[in-house]
Amino acid sequence: MDMNPSPSLELSYPVEGNDFATAGEAATRIKRMLKQIGIDPETTRRVAIVAYEAEMNIIIHATRGILKLRVLPGVIEVRAEDIGPGIPDIPLAMQEGYSTAPEHIREMGFGAGMGLPNMKRFSDEFWIESQVGKGTKVAARIYYDGSSDRGG
Amino acid sequence: MTLAEVRDILEAEVLTGEENLDDIEVPRGCGCDLMSDVLAFAERRTLLLTGLTNAQVIRTAEMNDLAAIVFVRGKRPPCEVIEMAKERGIPLLRTKYPLFESCGMLYKAGLRGHLK
Repeated sequence: MDMNPSPSLELSYPVEGNDFATAGEAATRIKRMLKQIGIDPETTRRVAIVAYEAEMNIIIHATRGILKLRVLPGVIEVRAEDIGPGIPDIPLAMQEGYSTAPEHIREMGFGAGMGLPNMKRFSDEFWIESQVGKGTKVAARIYYDGSSDRGG
Repeated sequence: MTLAEVRDILEAEVLTGEENLDDIEVPRGCGCDLMSDVLAFAERRTLLLTGLTNAQVIRTAEMNDLAAIVFVRGKRPPCEVIEMAKERGIPLLRTKYPLFESCGMLYKAGLRGHLK
């Protein structure tokens, strides 16, 4: 590994709405990247789950969006920004079991109203903002012990 | 319980990952068709039993570091799904038994779930 790692690593992955053929590809790349730079398995798993749910949300609900990963010493950020219908009632969308996803999404094992709650569950900090008719932005921060190999 | 034992108990066909079955120990199991619930509640190294056979099952196993997947009710995933699992080193098994029976057989043989 580079002895003087850059203080941060930033990557962006475009995600197309309704693109079920490659659904999960961005999250797969994020997971491989974190493994490659030596992030511990449990942190990697938490980030991967958050990224995967965020990616599925864009594919299920939005026209298109972008998934961003930012690795800083001690904290990893996942941001998802989309152009789409937005969420009229965020507290309702955050409730486990509440979903507006259609039946064909449920047949894939998603759309059961666990996406946003799961993102919050595996994050240390979680934000969401949405404008109806415009789109949604979510941000998640996951802390990790970055003292061993990714100093200052 | 090893994956080889799981294969024997469920009289399962191995779709990929045959070579490692004796070495992979599964500490617990989970029977579920809802992938978001698997992401929420399954711990690392869990054995997943499911009736879903699409690519999202493989993605879910990958994200969550699951040990292996058993497809129940004799379901066979499409070739590209098997190929995805092979690339990722995730063993796939297939049993004729339904989900409830498969879980019961493994539970009877000593495998447990997530209940603490």
